[in-house]
Amino acid sequence: MATTAVAELRRALRRAERRKNLGGLVLALPLTAFLVVFFLLPILGMLAKAVDNHELATAMPRSAEVLRSWRGLGPPPEPVVAIVASELREAHVRRQSALVAQRLNREQAGWRNLILSTARRLPESPQGSWLETLVALDPQWGEPAIWAGLRRAAQPWTDIFLLAAVDLQRDDHDAIVRVPPDQAIYLDILVRTFWISGLVTLFCLILGYPLAYLLASLPERWANPLLILVLLPFWTSLLVRTAAWIVLLQREGVVNDFLLRAGLLAEPVALVFNRTGVLVAMTHVLLPFMVLPLYSVMRGIPLSLTRAALSLGATPFSAFRKVYLPLSMPGVAAGCLLVFILALGYYITPALVGGAADQMISYFVAFFTLQTANWGMAAALATLLLLATLLLYWLYARLVGIERLRLG
Amino acid sequence: MLGSGILGRTSLWLYCLLVFAFLVLPIFVIVPLSFSAGAFLHFPLPGLSLRWYERLVEHEIWRVTLKNSLIVGAIATVLATGLGTLAAMGLARARFPGKGLLMALMLAPMIVPVIIVAIGAYFFYRPLGLTGSLWGLAIAHAVLGAPFVLVTVSATLGALDPSLVRAAQGLGASPWVAFRKVTLPIIAPGVVSGALFAFVASFDEVVVALFLTGPAQRTLPRQMFDGIREEISPEILAAATVLVALAVALLVVAELLRRRSARLRGLAP
Repeated sequence: MATTAVAELRRALRRAERRKNLGGLVLALPLTAFLVVFFLLPILGMLAKAVDNHELATAMPRSAEVLRSWRGLGPPPEPVVAIVASELREAHVRRQSALVAQRLNREQAGWRNLILSTARRLPESPQGSWLETLVALDPQWGEPAIWAGLRRAAQPWTDIFLLAAVDLQRDDHDAIVRVPPDQAIYLDILVRTFWISGLVTLFCLILGYPLAYLLASLPERWANPLLILVLLPFWTSLLVRTAAWIVLLQREGVVNDFLLRAGLLAEPVALVFNRTGVLVAMTHVLLPFMVLPLYSVMRGIPLSLTRAALSLGATPFSAFRKVYLPLSMPGVAAGCLLVFILALGYYITPALVGGAADQMISYFVAFFTLQTANWGMAAALATLLLLATLLLYWLYARLVGIERLRLG
Repeated sequence: MLGSGILGRTSLWLYCLLVFAFLVLPIFVIVPLSFSAGAFLHFPLPGLSLRWYERLVEHEIWRVTLKNSLIVGAIATVLATGLGTLAAMGLARARFPGKGLLMALMLAPMIVPVIIVAIGAYFFYRPLGLTGSLWGLAIAHAVLGAPFVLVTVSATLGALDPSLVRAAQGLGASPWVAFRKVTLPIIAPGVVSGALFAFVASFDEVVVALFLTGPAQRTLPRQMFDGIREEISPEILAAATVLVALAVALLVVAELLRRRSARLRGLAP
């Protein structure tokens, strides 16, 4: 009797729990659907662009098919060459040869001309073999390189952009090799992005730790108004803050003016449109993201612990190093990870206060998308940036906890 | 403990005053310059005038871009606030496998670099006819703003005593009435400050705007960006000063809301 009542109650509880869960899921559904459509799908589409290789298959479908199954080095057998040559001619007639030319030019600069001029001048039927006809138009057709390039362009997807994003390429045997040193630029950009982000994180920590420490040691009615000073830059437009730094740091700017008048400088120094400007402005913009997590962790550290250490004979420094510092580490980890992650993706600030040598990876993503329409390259660089960010995001979730993520 | 002696305390304060100056002064340096009678960004000012503010009013481009920004901001805020609040309430009630992953997805727009959101939208929105329209930009901004709402509303919901809602229902209130009369007033400060965040995130956003807007949809930040890139004039600084004033106003509202929320939850007198 009693057991059946208990079982009944348990069932009722479980039903209520299920109903509550279901209701919760229904409420979370609209945002989930919205983000899947307008956030996740666009990013997946962007990732697909990084390996997109549709040009040859679209303009010359039969060639793409036979090139895919062809193995070996050097010009392929005559039947394959015949299909490629006649389809190239057809593509020219249909005005699609430019698509192929553009794709091949990504393999090697100069192949655009090779493809376009060949396509324009190809006869309807071969003089001798098709290969001889092609070589007569341009001797490059007798070399293995262009055929290996065509075969790579014929694959269903390509790694050319992703490899290029880390200064790698494939040779005529399809082996992965380094690009020639004069063309290797992307690793530099990647290293520079991480370096600038690391420095900015370090500066934020150096400026932010003592500030958070002071705020946490004050009574709340003092700490709150001061915290507002930290939050003000945070609510101010990024563009306003960046403009302010240009005004302050430029050659005829306020800082140079002041230093000249104070006799500390003989002539104005370049403080902006270079690395200094980028570091100063980014540190300013990101400092609140360091102070807030530090502050919220430090607020929770009981003063009695350090007092105990002091009363047991610790010097102030060792009480800080052995008790307070370890306890504040979660805040340090949260602040540093957050600042570093946000810094990695910065575009506007370096674009406005940096020079050509201070642009970070985001700048090149924008450059390839908007200026040169090299979408594959843009998507590949964005993929690298996304991978780095997600890795750090995962680390943040593991170390700090995702529920503590807030920007304000 | 460090900074406990007089000397330590004084040097800590001095250091922190410098950091505060670094944080706040740059923002206020532009204010006097925007009232300059001259065209150069120098101190001392040749005289005070409102001529640059008159330019702001006269030049149609500022009016047009402000209007575009307000429209985009309003749509984005409504979308982000509605979706974010619902999701926060849902996640507070439900426990299910993969909840952590769903949270990670919902917060990801705060973390994923804006440039990635921007080129994703650039490729994806075109076939949907969402480029070159204020709607496309507003939707992208809602994506960026929703996590802020989710976070602020979740924080207030976390402090909500569930027995209050149960008491209301026990006294005969329907779930809707209990929500409207009990839950909503308590989480309202969180909803409003989330909405403020979402609005500011949109109103200040320039990267996605660079990718998704044509000349007709130019927003205020986009206009500022081009102005700063060409040459900073006192006119740009006048616009910037207006934005700083707006930031101060929003900050005050957000702070008042935070206090109200703390009071309602019984955390402060």
